[in-house]
Amino acid sequence: MEEAALQKSISRAPKTTPLWRHVRKEWKLYSFLLIPVIYFIVFKYAPMIGNIIAFRKYRGGPNIFGTEWVGLHYFEMFWKDSAFWRAFYNTIFLSISYLIVRFPVTLIFALLLNELRSIKVKKFVQTVSYLPHFISMVIVVGMIKEMVSLTGPINTLLGYLGIEKISFIQQPDWFPTLYITSGIWQGLGWGTILYLAAMTAINTELYEAAKVDGASRFRRAWHVTIPGILPTIMVLLILDIGGIMHSNFEKVLLLYNPLTYETGDVLSTYVYRMGIGGRDGIGGNFSYATAVGLFEGVVGLILVTMANFVSKKTTKTSLW
Amino acid sequence: MKESSSYRGFLFFNTLVMTVVVIFTLYPFVYLLAQSFSSEGAIYAGKVFLFPVEFTTTTYELLLKKPEFYRYYGNTILYSVLGTFISVSATAILAYPLSKEKLRLNKFFIPFVLFTMYFGGGLIPNYVLVAQKLQMRDTIWAIVIPGAISAFNVILVKTFFAGLPNEVEEAARVDGLGVYGIFTRIVLPLSKPILATMFLFAMVAYWNDWFTASLYLNTKESWPVSLYLRQIVDNFVSTQEFSSSDAASTQIAATIKSTAMILTALPIICIYPFIQKYFVQGMLIGSVKG
Repeated sequence: MEEAALQKSISRAPKTTPLWRHVRKEWKLYSFLLIPVIYFIVFKYAPMIGNIIAFRKYRGGPNIFGTEWVGLHYFEMFWKDSAFWRAFYNTIFLSISYLIVRFPVTLIFALLLNELRSIKVKKFVQTVSYLPHFISMVIVVGMIKEMVSLTGPINTLLGYLGIEKISFIQQPDWFPTLYITSGIWQGLGWGTILYLAAMTAINTELYEAAKVDGASRFRRAWHVTIPGILPTIMVLLILDIGGIMHSNFEKVLLLYNPLTYETGDVLSTYVYRMGIGGRDGIGGNFSYATAVGLFEGVVGLILVTMANFVSKKTTKTSLW
Repeated sequence: MKESSSYRGFLFFNTLVMTVVVIFTLYPFVYLLAQSFSSEGAIYAGKVFLFPVEFTTTTYELLLKKPEFYRYYGNTILYSVLGTFISVSATAILAYPLSKEKLRLNKFFIPFVLFTMYFGGGLIPNYVLVAQKLQMRDTIWAIVIPGAISAFNVILVKTFFAGLPNEVEEAARVDGLGVYGIFTRIVLPLSKPILATMFLFAMVAYWNDWFTASLYLNTKESWPVSLYLRQIVDNFVSTQEFSSSDAASTQIAATIKSTAMILTALPIICIYPFIQKYFVQGMLIGSVKG
């Protein structure tokens, strides 16, 4: 123990040395950073700066940042665009309803997994339930379409029950249900992994003490497990709130179609159609699409900052 | 152990829930498999639920006879192998110095990396950068480089590295190993669980990627198989290419779609169980302290 304390004081000592000497001494370790930092500057930070084209007229072409300043022109444009507001509303509606379903369901599933007494059964359920997380979105959406197609098992089952067939993929009313159900299918198991990790870190003596006090299994889960994983719950909640503006872009892009834009078109797919194109997109409106994308990103950043702030104040858990 | 009958009731309920979850998760796979081995007629009649009806392997023969299918598959393997190598090594190289508390500049570099978790340039600026400014369109680099490092993965690996016992590195230093030697010969071999986790994450991401390819690859010859699959699933490929039956349809048969899906997912499903034990371990250690 004393040695460790000594080590600590030694390692603290160089902090008073000038920075340049510290860098010179540790330059080999710092040299690891060179290529990754260049990567971050080019592929992460340069695109952030590239958002400048939201304030300039840009339609491709040689000039890096477009031809002229237009100020908030493109922002005013989308602000008056009903298609933008539809996408904005759909984004928030899909995210929040998905969050409301997924959050408790995942937490309960994690608690139930934790109560399994057979390690073998637990491992098996985990292995199976993590699998969909690794399946390509193209296949996930392909599966959805096969499952709910007019000749698929769900419609056949409805037929047996004497209910008329439903063309789920074509009906706007069904889009949120498909989005949420498939999200649960793909993410339920994977969503528990951080909870289970946090549960293994809970001191088993707490459970023993609760047992001695005569606490039932349910009470032990409520008074020991939940408080033990509260930081994890909060961190995931903050991240989810920050993610409200970001729908599952790939899934929506593959799952929606012009008939279901009404409930399915979200900000990211709207940006895609305006900027890049696609089946029936316009494409080429780089500046307009960038303005919408920037709005999406900034609101997302504000949301995660606010959630982080509230969590820090109330539960002392925060991301930074 | 005299747990009450209500506890036994709970155990029963819990087993029931687990069974439902397992069935709910596996059923779509089972259905796809059954569909891929069934006749088209049986599917249109709604007869297929669990097992193939009018068993046939024609769709497999049809797809496996297509030379372009092998080409796309080969492209996917190439992108996945190269991308995974770049991604895992870059992530580890970045995470290592960030895990060293003694590096004073980490006060700057860690937030520099973390910030990209919460804010990004967005689709269009990224597209303009890669396709127009860097002229990476129709090159393999457009597929493997832009998404190579994710801040989240860096944090997982950094946490894992920070948890390694300091004494081991100290001993290696005393034995005369330099910084690079310690990293490659001591740190990396000790980090197999987290590196296997990163390997799986990267492999799956590159294997499944179709969107990047759809943005940047104009020449069909360089498509990955997932993009080809996307065209099949959404009926973008002309149906004559897949005329397996006499029925002239505007849709590609469901049997072909499900066969293509299974053939694309197969390698992931096969590798997954072997790596699964590593990533549970890797995620545990990487996340608990983080």
